[in-house]
Amino acid sequence: MAGLTKSDFKNPVVNWIDTRLPIFTMLQKEYGVFPTPRNFNYLWNFGALAMVNLVIMIATGIFLAMNYQPNTLLAFDSVQRIMRDVNFGWLIRYVHQNGASMFFIVTYIHIFRGMYYGSYKAPRELLWMLGVVILLLMMATAFMGYVLPWGQMSYWGATVITNLFSAFPWIGPKIVTLLWGGFAVDQPTLNRFFSLHYLLPFVLVGVIFLHIAALHITGSNNPLGIDVKTPQDTLPFHPYYTIKDSVGICVYLIVFAIFVFFYPNMLGDPNNFIPANPLQTPADIVPEWYFLPYYAILRSVPNKLLGVCLMFASILVLLVLPWLDTSRVRSARFRPIYRQLIWLWVLAVVLLGVCGANKPEGIWVVLSRVATLYYFLHFLVILPLLGKIERPLPLPESISRAVTGKGGGPLPTGAAATMEKP
Amino acid sequence: MADPSAAHAQPGHPADPSKRDFLQLVAGAGAVIGAGAIAWSLVDSMNPSKDVLALSSVEVDLAPIPEGQGITVVWQGKPIFVRHRTTAEVKEAEDTPLSALIDPQTDQARVKAGHAIWIVVIGICTHLGCVPLGNKPSDPRGEYGGWFCPCHGSQYDVSGRVRHGPAPLNLALPPYAFESDSKIKIG
Repeated sequence: MAGLTKSDFKNPVVNWIDTRLPIFTMLQKEYGVFPTPRNFNYLWNFGALAMVNLVIMIATGIFLAMNYQPNTLLAFDSVQRIMRDVNFGWLIRYVHQNGASMFFIVTYIHIFRGMYYGSYKAPRELLWMLGVVILLLMMATAFMGYVLPWGQMSYWGATVITNLFSAFPWIGPKIVTLLWGGFAVDQPTLNRFFSLHYLLPFVLVGVIFLHIAALHITGSNNPLGIDVKTPQDTLPFHPYYTIKDSVGICVYLIVFAIFVFFYPNMLGDPNNFIPANPLQTPADIVPEWYFLPYYAILRSVPNKLLGVCLMFASILVLLVLPWLDTSRVRSARFRPIYRQLIWLWVLAVVLLGVCGANKPEGIWVVLSRVATLYYFLHFLVILPLLGKIERPLPLPESISRAVTGKGGGPLPTGAAATMEKP
Repeated sequence: MADPSAAHAQPGHPADPSKRDFLQLVAGAGAVIGAGAIAWSLVDSMNPSKDVLALSSVEVDLAPIPEGQGITVVWQGKPIFVRHRTTAEVKEAEDTPLSALIDPQTDQARVKAGHAIWIVVIGICTHLGCVPLGNKPSDPRGEYGGWFCPCHGSQYDVSGRVRHGPAPLNLALPPYAFESDSKIKIG
């Protein structure tokens, strides 16, 4: 039977709302007393940082959209107007532009955290897969956002990326025409990219909600990768991790501000200061830095269809990572071989990024092929076999024993706090 | 605000509440100021931009306007009526007793001294923002020979003063100045 919720909040207004719509009880449960492993390191900041980043992107994006014109004749100039004439337009755009790079930095570290500490393993497989969906949505959003200023790189990036779909036999060219809404990247393309670029962040919000909902069912992983067993293994989320996240947010904002105020165009491409010209491709065309590794994989294969498939596979393989990794030990801390090979994989990704930034000739072709091979070798061969061969180090008995060096230990202050705050 | 020296009075004393309060206040205030500064830059971006402000003045050549007629020019996106009044109209406007007016104001206060034949008003009805008719001699000008608003029937005289409701106020005057006898600069 339906009925009012019982609320422990003393404040009569809060109590009145809470009994009818228990958002305060929910917040207290999920972000107040939420039991969180007590041994997080700073790598566990990056989920919260990504959330903050998304909020910044949506806020600045809404105000940019008030001044942007999704029209091939006006788009480039409207962005220049934002930079020169609109009050604080330069700030809002530079925050949005560099915010995209910050978003990928933060998210890539967040993903690495998950891989290093085995956060994708049971029971967090679905949580991880939702994360891969978030990454794909982010990439689509970032790509379409990059097209909007309608500079040379915008235009030719859009042309190249949409043409990827032409690799598929028979249906490919039809897909590309559908994406373009014409026979080249033009007004219909720009208009729909603007529409989707505005829509997808809100889809992201929805998937992130599911990501976090799933997280709050399984609970967080931790640097030891062992399960929480007793309340002594945990701390209430507030104030312990709200404060720890705040420290991370301060450092993140400092780095962000250094980019925005001192090197706003460092990660951009000078070619995008030239208005789009459908009749001339820039001499050296490269995607944004965060797409470079995938771009290198694409170019490393001489066959068009195979290159495109490998590029998509490089991300989709992450979806099945929970089943490719056969080791039951989560944290790399207790996997002596994996602990070194994961860095070799990171090296391969960075190398792919460097290859992607260079012209595909000479040594760079060889290097990108070797790195591509290793990238897939890591997932498809090394991880399945390593779980069988590797002899993991002994796992600690519990988080609290590993942290305090003794069994149990006293409950930290506030761990058993009831909801007596207003 | 808490006294910082008091906060440090007992180092190593974990339960000193004044130190915690001080830190909490400073951190909270810092975050609020930072968030406020960012919010202001976003809100201010909605104010008129520099290219809009650059259109804040417009010059009007009066020479081609025949007596008894007016023209409409656009200033800051608004219609401005510039009307060349006949001497009879000027005399009528000056002789109107203030007691007959809804929003009493002399005609002299609504024109530039020495240029009484020129009336310059913002052509937006003070009722609900419509543009009144009356610049062309063929337009309906209402009983008082000025302007007539087609939306709700407000009437203005040749000085742009409201003579018949529902409009409550006279047509507003834009800032302008005579650059020569035949040229004005609005804004």
